[in-house]
Amino acid sequence: MSTPDPKDELVDHLPAMRAFAMSLTRNSATADDMVQDTLVKAWTNIEKFEVGTNMRAWLFTILRNTYYSSRRKTKREVADVDGVFTESLSQKPDHDGRLQMTDFRAAFVQLPDEQREALILVGASGFAYEEAAEMCGVAIGTIKSRVNRGRAKLAELMHINENEAMELTDDATMAVVASRVNGGMR
Amino acid sequence: MAQDEKRPRGEDTIDANLKRVYDETLKEDVPDRFKDLLAQLKAQDAPGNGSNNAK
Repeated sequence: MSTPDPKDELVDHLPAMRAFAMSLTRNSATADDMVQDTLVKAWTNIEKFEVGTNMRAWLFTILRNTYYSSRRKTKREVADVDGVFTESLSQKPDHDGRLQMTDFRAAFVQLPDEQREALILVGASGFAYEEAAEMCGVAIGTIKSRVNRGRAKLAELMHINENEAMELTDDATMAVVASRVNGGMR
Repeated sequence: MAQDEKRPRGEDTIDANLKRVYDETLKEDVPDRFKDLLAQLKAQDAPGNGSNNAK
């Protein structure tokens, strides 16, 4: 009937936008406010989106700009980290996987924003270094160094060494953790 | 990527944890407020909508 409207695609990116916002803000209420602002900005500036390019990258760029400009406005380096992010899996630390996950979150929230962001973009959302660099408006080398420093800090905080790493990524453990995460959701 | 065999194993651990943190929010149901917001934005856009208060 008509050419596909990029606005109709926005809804598909909401889960990823929320996940990225949560990693940046570490606060579920703030994260959803950021996503809401991003959605409105994207909708009203949709003509600036180049059809055929990566919409998720475009949305993440708006989201991170929203986050950093609000951070500048509030002049707060220390964000409001809420318990939801660090404690959501900690009610019953009866399994190694869960404990490690909680430890990981506790370590992750301590990283500087720029390192958390680089790690999530490259390590979790699957963006290439080049894409992440473009989204963050920095050189590829800067993203690489943020990722490396972030990984090094996490390894240090979690006391990861090569021997421990084996059991942490053990398939069976991952499967148990995955099923618990799913089963534990409302 | 070709870097896999050269990566120290600790990186895989960290990336697996990063993915878990990310995926956990990813799998959540999107709150209704976003669907409502999109519907609202759509309504504002609709041609012939007299209330032109988009700004």
